Amino acid sequence: MNKIGFATIYFKEMARTFRVPGQTLISPVMTTALYFVVFGSAIGSQVDFNLEVSYAQFIVPGLIMMSLITNSMSAASSGIYFPRFIGTIYEIFSAPISYTEITLGYTLAATTRALIIGALIYITALFFTPIPVEHPFIALFFAFLTAFSFSLFGFITGIWADSFEKLSLFPVIILTPLSFLGGVFYSLDMLPPFWQTLSLANPVVYMIEGLRWSFFGIAMINPLISALLISIFLMICFGLLSYIFRTGYKIKN
Amino acid sequence: MTKLKKVLQYTTMNNIITIQNLTKAYDNGFVALKDINFTITRGEIFALLGQNGAGKTTLISIICGLVRPSTGTVTVNDDDIIKDYRKTRSYIGLVPQEITLDPFLTVTQTVAYARGFYGRPRDEKLIEEVLTDLSLWDKKDNKIQELSGGMKRRVLIAKALMNEPEILFLDEPTAGVDVELRKGMWDMVTKLKNRGTTIILTTHYIEEAQEMADRIGVIADGEIKIIEEKDALMNRLGTKKIILTLTKNCDTLPPELVDFSGLSLSDDGHNLIYSYKKSEHTGITTLLTAIKGSSITFTDIQTEESSLEDIFVSLTQKHE
Ligand SMILES: Nc1ncnc2c1ncn2[C@@H]1O[C@H](COP(=O)(O)OP(=O)(O)OP(=O)(O)O)[C@@H](O)[C@H]1O
Ligand SMILES: [Mg+2]
Repeated sequence: MNKIGFATIYFKEMARTFRVPGQTLISPVMTTALYFVVFGSAIGSQVDFNLEVSYAQFIVPGLIMMSLITNSMSAASSGIYFPRFIGTIYEIFSAPISYTEITLGYTLAATTRALIIGALIYITALFFTPIPVEHPFIALFFAFLTAFSFSLFGFITGIWADSFEKLSLFPVIILTPLSFLGGVFYSLDMLPPFWQTLSLANPVVYMIEGLRWSFFGIAMINPLISALLISIFLMICFGLLSYIFRTGYKIKN
Repeated sequence: MTKLKKVLQYTTMNNIITIQNLTKAYDNGFVALKDINFTITRGEIFALLGQNGAGKTTLISIICGLVRPSTGTVTVNDDDIIKDYRKTRSYIGLVPQEITLDPFLTVTQTVAYARGFYGRPRDEKLIEEVLTDLSLWDKKDNKIQELSGGMKRRVLIAKALMNEPEILFLDEPTAGVDVELRKGMWDMVTKLKNRGTTIILTTHYIEEAQEMADRIGVIADGEIKIIEEKDALMNRLGTKKIILTLTKNCDTLPPELVDFSGLSLSDDGHNLIYSYKKSEHTGITTLLTAIKGSSITFTDIQTEESSLEDIFVSLTQKHE
């Protein structure tokens, strides 16, 4: 195993994160904090919400999940796309590093970045309202599983994309609607039955439900089912990646 | 051990890279390499020559693991480049043709990362030594975007040397590098060769190949046309000319000289030209004696020798 090679990729990616913290850390935290202020504090105080938690508290796990998803995905996809675009990827593909080591280097760095952002959002929200976490380890487990899955997904899109246009395609046309419709701002039972059923096809719903259950112990979906479905999503990403590496698709020609 | 076995072992030991039946068809169907077979000898400087698009970079990229071969095998130190890629890649340093560097990193960061990817721990002494050798030490803290084109190319070389490679591939290393630094670069190549590094280079400056290489390979349209010791190639294909400037123009060869092959008159009848292969019996004395006995006289005598470049052009010219 080329441990140093893996660590070099990981720390090079982390250094990239800390080289431009305004762009990689502060901006996503700011955006989410604004959502929290507007929806949670301003509008939320007017919402009659008959759960044990306030509306402002209710949306925190969803907001954290949403930013884990978008940031892990964008960190991993730009992480691999940028060196492909400028051509420096040759230094990795001609080095004695396995595909697994390359993938883990990039995706674990993206996961780390997303988790840092998630933690910063949680801390920021604490300034506005107390947010108890009932099952902290399970919360971490859901956060990690989600961030890692979407890092893999982002890594795949970064290999697949051959233009900046395509690179931004997935986040814009798939991720944003899925996260907004994933139940960040509402509880599933507020939807009409048809939309409730349709929501079950949205993987983001399970991630948010899983985290919300770890925070407050309330969920519309059994957390075990959530964990299972996220794991399946993770497996699909692994499968796709191993196909890409076996065939050399888009990387060895 | 029998003598034959000994000889065989010696030859395989001496072949650091063995390429067998290698072909490459790109995804769009274009066949860039056609049944390539040859070996690189340990410790030599091998120059791969060929026109734009001949397949040089494709060949190098396959050996380094950047492009997948369609068929055939390549071994480096007897390890297969696909099955034992970790081993083969750890023997190799690659200087790519295109300048591809992260503009936001410093020179030191760039080379330190390169060493990390090879799986080797950071080594400040090596970094200093290599950057100094390449006249980059005073730029070590500069960002890549602050360097000139020639400096960037030297950073690429520094990166490849971070692996302390047994085999160094240089794909057009001197493109865009000024004359003085180019000389410095070749001094470095000579130094590496003296340390036992095997060097494979491509270049469009044929005088470089002529000067540096031990062996020359010529590739055209994805096929190896010639692999030969440089000196032997120059001897075999190199021609020399003797040119006599005549006192009086001449329309036809005088009867005493018509039997000499390789002898001709220039179109204006002003010069008598004698071409001969360097490797052959030249017959110059006989010719001069014959001229003496003939009616012609001359005012000047010149000689010309063909360069590797002429040989190269004559080899790769398409015969249509
Ligand atoms: N990714 C690719 N897809 C399809 N064809 C390619 C690809 N890369 C190279 N080729 C083709 O393969 C042929 C050989 O290219 P290669 O880069 O190996 O040439 P070269 O000998 O290095 O040329 P140069 O002296 O210009 O660097 C060219 O005709 C080129 O168009
Ligand atoms: Mg080339």
